Amino acid sequence: MADHAAVPEGHHGEDVHHTSFWRKYIFSTDHKVIGIQYGITALLFLLFGFSLVMLMRWQLAYPGEPVPLIGWLFTDDTMPGGIMLPEFYNQLGAMHGTIMVFLGIVPLAVGAFGNYIVPLQIGAPDMAFPKLNMASYWAFFVGGVIMLGSFFVPAGAAKAGWTSYAPLSVIESMGQTMWLLGMVFLITSSLLGAVNFLTTIVQLRAEGMTFMRMPFFVWAQFITSFLLLLAFPPLEAAAFLQLSDRLLDTSFFMPSGLVVSGEVVDVAGGGSPLLWQHLFWFLAHPEVYVLVLPAMGIVAEIIANNSRKPLRGYKAMVYSLIFLGFMSFIVWAHHMFITGMGQAMSVFFQTTTMIISIPSVIILTALFLSLWGGSIRFTTPMLFALGFLPMFGIGGLTGLPLGLAPTDIPLHDTYYVIGHFHYVVAPGTILALMAGIYYWFPKMTGRTMNDTLGKIHFWGTIVSMNFIFFPMLIQGMAGVSRRLYDGGEIYAHAQDVIVYNEVMSIASWVLFVFQIPFIVNLLISLKKGKAATDNHWDATTIEWSAAPSPPVGHGNFHDLPQVYRDPYEYSHPDHDEDYWPQNAPPAEASED
Amino acid sequence: MQIPFTVAPRPDTGVNNAKIGVWLFLASEVMLFGGLFSAYIFLRIGAPEWPGEIGGHMYERASDILNVPLATLNTIILIGSSVTMVMSWASLAMKRFDRYRLYMGATIALGFAFLIVKAFEYGEKFSHGYLPAENNFLAIYFVLTGLHGLHVIGGIIVNMYFMWPGARMWKTDPKRFTNRIEIAGLYWHFVDLVWIFLFPTIYLL
Repeated sequence: MADHAAVPEGHHGEDVHHTSFWRKYIFSTDHKVIGIQYGITALLFLLFGFSLVMLMRWQLAYPGEPVPLIGWLFTDDTMPGGIMLPEFYNQLGAMHGTIMVFLGIVPLAVGAFGNYIVPLQIGAPDMAFPKLNMASYWAFFVGGVIMLGSFFVPAGAAKAGWTSYAPLSVIESMGQTMWLLGMVFLITSSLLGAVNFLTTIVQLRAEGMTFMRMPFFVWAQFITSFLLLLAFPPLEAAAFLQLSDRLLDTSFFMPSGLVVSGEVVDVAGGGSPLLWQHLFWFLAHPEVYVLVLPAMGIVAEIIANNSRKPLRGYKAMVYSLIFLGFMSFIVWAHHMFITGMGQAMSVFFQTTTMIISIPSVIILTALFLSLWGGSIRFTTPMLFALGFLPMFGIGGLTGLPLGLAPTDIPLHDTYYVIGHFHYVVAPGTILALMAGIYYWFPKMTGRTMNDTLGKIHFWGTIVSMNFIFFPMLIQGMAGVSRRLYDGGEIYAHAQDVIVYNEVMSIASWVLFVFQIPFIVNLLISLKKGKAATDNHWDATTIEWSAAPSPPVGHGNFHDLPQVYRDPYEYSHPDHDEDYWPQNAPPAEASED
Repeated sequence: MQIPFTVAPRPDTGVNNAKIGVWLFLASEVMLFGGLFSAYIFLRIGAPEWPGEIGGHMYERASDILNVPLATLNTIILIGSSVTMVMSWASLAMKRFDRYRLYMGATIALGFAFLIVKAFEYGEKFSHGYLPAENNFLAIYFVLTGLHGLHVIGGIIVNMYFMWPGARMWKTDPKRFTNRIEIAGLYWHFVDLVWIFLFPTIYLL
């Protein structure tokens, strides 16, 4: 602990051999640099994906009116005279989903935090395969460029939704081919990443770091990596099949006698659109947990640290996590209750869906109980972590009616569904990711972020997010479809709730305004933030207690740490300070 | 900085990093081919006839369209190459680099032989107008065998790397080089195994 203050604040000075700028910052094999590369790229994609939906929200609030201020920037193929075309609206919708999920949240949660924090928390000098790690980032980058480039091909980007349901996606314009190619790169990237994470966690744990002494965040990344490893390949298979349908005119997803624009499509037929949905959701349901588990991991770290108590029921949380990861592979068809796949299937999948809610509830309850009796510090990361709990709770509870076929059928494809999963991912996961940024920024940069700006960011974000997503639940229960270009204007049943369109849109722009303090804070704190100590939050986990801030360039630690105890020994009765780091040697001998 | 356990196994897990890495990679490959095999089953169950109609002619059995003798030959070739792959690793374990060269060369040659036979088979299909767009049986045949063929090509590239440029490691770090051949071998056996599932599923059933 204190003896680390004696070690000179090492920056990257240790590099014996001269590494060029390119090797050090661009084609780096250091997990910390790669983590930051992932982080920056993912934050930019999050901002871009958010911009797409802010445009859509204008069209929903004021259908057919020209977009003010920036409308003139767009071409006649997309927004002639600033008025959005339906085709462009569909592109924005499909790409918003794709970018937020595959290029924003997953790379930030797994690529950035996982890469940066996991080796530090288990006491490893780097990832097990540093070169694969670099390849993983660059595959992700190429995938992202292909996705962005698809906006500029003839007829624009993919328009068939982020789910790319066949046969619509098969008869779509070239943007869909780009989407599929981009996905192949992104899947390759996450495959390389998953192999690397799993090997690192199994093989490179420091001495004494048994599995049950690993911080919960590492466990979350461990299970997430299994999901990425095993759930993504079937989507890759599906992407190959759809590519072949589009480029070789096969009929994997094309039924016989399909009529498009009054004409029978000239394909052999005999394929099944349902096959795509099965393959897609086999990935995409575990993907939901890929989005959520790292967030739970971050929140667990921050809650233990800021309530100054061990996590309540750490073991129960870990077992729940493992069970949840396993179950997530057998719930996928609850996305398909209205496809006519049959009642026996529905019964099976709604049963498994009800079962999978149990471990999530256990984890969330354990996090709530961890607060009980703690002496809570309301730091900025803690605010975001506390915000995650009720928001994710709303997201989870609104999901229950969707997991049961009888209640799902009237709600399917309405705004209710959008409200539900955004509660899980936006005020849920994104708040947790923000918490993670505020929490680990001092470790990554050696400086702290401004607290006042952080609190403005938090309150503005959580309030405006609720104004965006709660009305969606109301609109959805009134039966408003999620796929309407005009926000439901022409439907009689939507008239009572259509007023919320404007509320939600304004809230989305307000949300953007409240991200400005965050961006300013992030940039200014890099250079001007108050210097942070090595263990800025008085934490017990070894990324704080054993590594300098920022960790040394190659190898992270001055000496590889030895671990003596469980991850969250806060306020331990046998210890004077209210935190007892995992690497602090036991007994009086070493007490400083 | 040195990454621990790149060569020596970690005492409590009993394996080195690369071994665990390749098994995880193969697990994901199982899911990739598993997805395609599931698609095959799904399409076949949904089809009124299988393989069905091609160019106005109704086929009852896959073997009426596909060349079973050639595929049998290819099965033998691939199994043979798996054997030579094991021998190349065993030669290194016995410190016989000359024999390693021989067996690795044989593995590469057998890999190419497989591809040549496959190319001949594809050419035969194309000349009869059996194209993927014709019918779903042909479509899944071409996608499955095509993806498997890509895996064979990938394996040949890896093996050729270890045959020539990568073999320099034998002089500097023989233990690590032997491990690498073992890893490459695990991948090669997997490619072989996929074919052993593919052959009866597509050609015989």
